[in-house]
Amino acid sequence: MKINNISIKPGGDKILLSHGDGGLKTSELINNLILKYFNNNILSRLEDSAVIPGVHNTRIAYTTDSFVVKPIFFPGGDIGKLCICGTINDLASSGAVPAFLSMGLIIEEGFEINLLEKILESANKVLTESNTSIVTGDTKVVERNSADKIFINTSGIGFIKNNLNISPMEIKPGDKILINGSIAEHGLAVLSSRPEFSFKTNIASDCAPLNGLVEDILKISSKVHALRDATRGGIATVLIEMSQKSQTLFDVYENKIPVKREALSLCEFLGLDPLYIANEGKMIVFVDSSDSDKVLEVMKKNKYGKDSRIIGEVTKKMESGAVSYNTKIGTTRFLDKFYSEQLPRIC
Amino acid sequence: MCVAVPAKIVEITDHSAQIESAGVSKIIDISLVPQAAVGNYVIVHAGFAIQIVDSDEAKKILELFETYGI
Amino acid sequence: MEYKISNLVSEINKISAGLPQINIMEVCGTHTMAIGKNSLRQILPASINLISGPGCPVCVTPASDIDNIIELSDDHKNYIFSFGDMLKVPGSKSSLYEKRSDGANIKICYSPADALEFAANNPRINVIFIAIGFETTAPLTAVLVKRAFQNNNSNFFIYNTHKLVPPAIEFLLDSESENNIQAFLCPGHVCAVIGSTPFELIARKYQKPCVISGFSPEDILESIHMILRQIEDRRALAQIQYSWVVKQDGNQNALKYIYEVFETGPSSWRGIGVIEGSGLDLKNEFKDFDAKKWFAIKDRNVPEPKSCSCGDILQGKKKPFDCVLFGKKCTPDKPVGPCMVSSEGTCAAYYRYEIHNTNKL
Repeated sequence: MKINNISIKPGGDKILLSHGDGGLKTSELINNLILKYFNNNILSRLEDSAVIPGVHNTRIAYTTDSFVVKPIFFPGGDIGKLCICGTINDLASSGAVPAFLSMGLIIEEGFEINLLEKILESANKVLTESNTSIVTGDTKVVERNSADKIFINTSGIGFIKNNLNISPMEIKPGDKILINGSIAEHGLAVLSSRPEFSFKTNIASDCAPLNGLVEDILKISSKVHALRDATRGGIATVLIEMSQKSQTLFDVYENKIPVKREALSLCEFLGLDPLYIANEGKMIVFVDSSDSDKVLEVMKKNKYGKDSRIIGEVTKKMESGAVSYNTKIGTTRFLDKFYSEQLPRIC
Repeated sequence: MCVAVPAKIVEITDHSAQIESAGVSKIIDISLVPQAAVGNYVIVHAGFAIQIVDSDEAKKILELFETYGI
Repeated sequence: MEYKISNLVSEINKISAGLPQINIMEVCGTHTMAIGKNSLRQILPASINLISGPGCPVCVTPASDIDNIIELSDDHKNYIFSFGDMLKVPGSKSSLYEKRSDGANIKICYSPADALEFAANNPRINVIFIAIGFETTAPLTAVLVKRAFQNNNSNFFIYNTHKLVPPAIEFLLDSESENNIQAFLCPGHVCAVIGSTPFELIARKYQKPCVISGFSPEDILESIHMILRQIEDRRALAQIQYSWVVKQDGNQNALKYIYEVFETGPSSWRGIGVIEGSGLDLKNEFKDFDAKKWFAIKDRNVPEPKSCSCGDILQGKKKPFDCVLFGKKCTPDKPVGPCMVSSEGTCAAYYRYEIHNTNKL
């Protein structure tokens, strides 16, 4: 068939919600279609931030994210806070100091300006807290029903000190695995604020800018090997990815992973697994065991790290990479890769 | 799906009850346990109480959420 | 390992040392998942063989029902309300998940009450609730059908696929040529409704120990221990391990609702065939809520996917590893049969939890 004189084969596969949920179908889309057209040795690493050569031996971290969260206001935050935190945390994951951001707005006709103002105000609060700024942007408006209220894309650049090498490739057997607090709250908070959701809880999104936390960690220790913020797909997805990229085996302990009681309870009701639910204020840290105690201590002193824990360790080299999960009752199993989000439009 | 969770009844209005379970609350249907009273513990399946259960055991289970949580 | 668990494990090991291989069927899909999630096979002796049974409602719903529901969803005047599990089950050509991406009005609900509420608030829309599940869920449907009848919610329908567990267990035992299953780990929440009596009858008739179990790893291990004690003592009884939830006479109010709204009849179990008296049909006075009748759904014959072993797996005759498709052509991402799709399906449980513990792939 022809669309505006361009021939397109009719029928064929369609984009499904699962192509956007960060799980297996997203991976397939990226690997089979996107990398087919945009492949280079930076993009193909598929890191949260691309580390690109700068000038005078500085390296730049560069990242982009789009935010389609529904609803746009939820306990603990809104799309404005979320988009800045998300971009800052991606940059911080490569050890960069976030510096400059861009923002692209796609707004549906009829969207209330006072809501837009609230969103911008939230975004600005995080920019101030994290000492970053929006330096370029774009705004588009589309007809009613052509977008769901507002979608935001943010890109960001940060600078990496040249002696710093933070990457999953640096993870070594013996490293300890740390996290800065309790899991699953962002996904559950967003879910709980949807109109059809009938449970009442105090769960609020953990959405937070973690560049300050990362700065504290990197100041206290020169033996931090890798960082990753756990977003879509939960900590399980991040741990599996990191184990595969580093080709190592992780040992992680169920009774050490912090989960708030309300989150556990809600997951029980809904048959969800907190390990796979989105976070927006959680950083997983891989650090040499000789420094793990002092890193843990400095994390606990940070306002976003009060419930920090050591949740496991890197055991040995393993070609396929894997995460061995030690259950509460002392048995083990390997964490399986996340197949599909049960909760769409969480980020 | 046999997913069912213990919860405490905190308020009753006709065939509906507000339940609370480790910090999560919801309105559920108690048509299947019409004899239920405020303070009873029930097992909740898909928005309905399907049985009144032993309070002591239910409390113990709910306390476990505290142990494995923060 | 916790004190209670390690005690149970050592008791189980002690007793089973003096016994030959014991095949225990764990009927309920939630048990299958709990066993997998807690890696219980790791701490049980090799002589205890846990076999999954047909207690996964989504897995035993015939493909023809999936096709029928898909057909109902093709009419965008109909809103289909379903538990999340059903969405990705493959019918002969498509699934509800794919249909939803094509614009069909398919909604996931936590409770069937949400479907009736939507119907009451939107009288011009046909609301069809996929009534799937065993005796745990059937009373809920019964309450709502009765309520819809009283409130004259003539736009509310159920696509009824409710089935009963004890007749399926009897069918398996009647059709067993060898003494394959020695005991049953029985579904705790089904029994919260029906009580222990149906399993007392099965235990007596077939001389098989039946223990009604809760879902924590401690519950399951304690139940296995109780089964072994019975076998050791050559007894065959129904016992309630899950005593804080299950009473001998179950929930009489729930049963009253079921008897009022439904009558038993034959039902087709995917991969197994028709089992007499294993299904629930709406009684005549409630037939106006029956989607199959109202929308004149015709019976259709849908062949099972080639090489799919779901039927044998659901009857405990094969394990997922014995299926040629398992882990290769059939994965959670690209499921061929329902056992791989359902959150309680045996193949899904094995793929997620058991695969790495063996070298079987």
